[in-house]
Amino acid sequence: MRAAVIVFPGSNCDRDLAVAFERAGMDVQMVWHKDTQLPEGLDIVGVPGGFSFGDYLRCGAIAANSPICKSLIAHTERGGYAIGICNGFQILTETGILPGALRRNAGLKYICRSVGLTVENNETAFTGGYDKGQVIDVPIAHHDGNYFVTDDKLAQLRDEGRIAFTYTDNPNGSVADIAGVISRNRRVLGMMPHPERAADEGHGGTDGVAMFRSLMEQLATA
Amino acid sequence: MKARVYVMLKNGVLDPQGEAVRHALGALGFDGVEGVRQGKVIELDLADGTSEDTIRDMCEKLLANTVIESYRVELN
Repeated sequence: MRAAVIVFPGSNCDRDLAVAFERAGMDVQMVWHKDTQLPEGLDIVGVPGGFSFGDYLRCGAIAANSPICKSLIAHTERGGYAIGICNGFQILTETGILPGALRRNAGLKYICRSVGLTVENNETAFTGGYDKGQVIDVPIAHHDGNYFVTDDKLAQLRDEGRIAFTYTDNPNGSVADIAGVISRNRRVLGMMPHPERAADEGHGGTDGVAMFRSLMEQLATA
Repeated sequence: MKARVYVMLKNGVLDPQGEAVRHALGALGFDGVEGVRQGKVIELDLADGTSEDTIRDMCEKLLANTVIESYRVELN
């Protein structure tokens, strides 16, 4: 199983994500944002959290126009798997791979703490290790995690079962308490909370482990 | 030539920063401030002859996120 983690200037969760992939049994390669091609034969691409390009202009906007992102878009259009966490989620919405946008938190404050997430859809390679309706504890660490979609798009996301996770107690003003969404083909997940920071006893929680294990198992049988 | 691009959150998209500014103005004793929207101004220094279409293309591709933002181009 082969994974790549894209590294942008200002990424700061790239190594955490790589460790989470590795612990699940994947071979991980780091890819610099200036590279124009992702390596051949990848099973999944991770777009990590952090503050790519200092959050200049808008969070994720500059990164979304990096050379590597053309290759990332092509990878997802071919049906490849990808996960974007925090700044990675912002980048995936800025590229248009996932719908919506992340606005400044409703309370205007940067929030760094563990939150409760309800698993809304467990029929994806990412969430198959959880029960539907299960509540898991995963940390958030963001200033711009207030998810927005139009009413029409929200109805579509609901109809298509594309809301992966919701907050049990909405910390940031996100529409419909949305913490994570998946692509129509169920192969791209974007989420503000950090499962890779809940993947080791030393993190204070291990509720994220099931996501990486599930990915490993389901990609292996795919 | 110079151009100025004004980027604002679309109407209907809650602007928490604008709201905070509105509250702060109220706290300072300015009555009757019914709404505040905060946006960005981006000044572009451009080669002469750059078309407005090109500038709009810049807005669509990078300067604004049209999911939540609208933009206006002003040529000087």
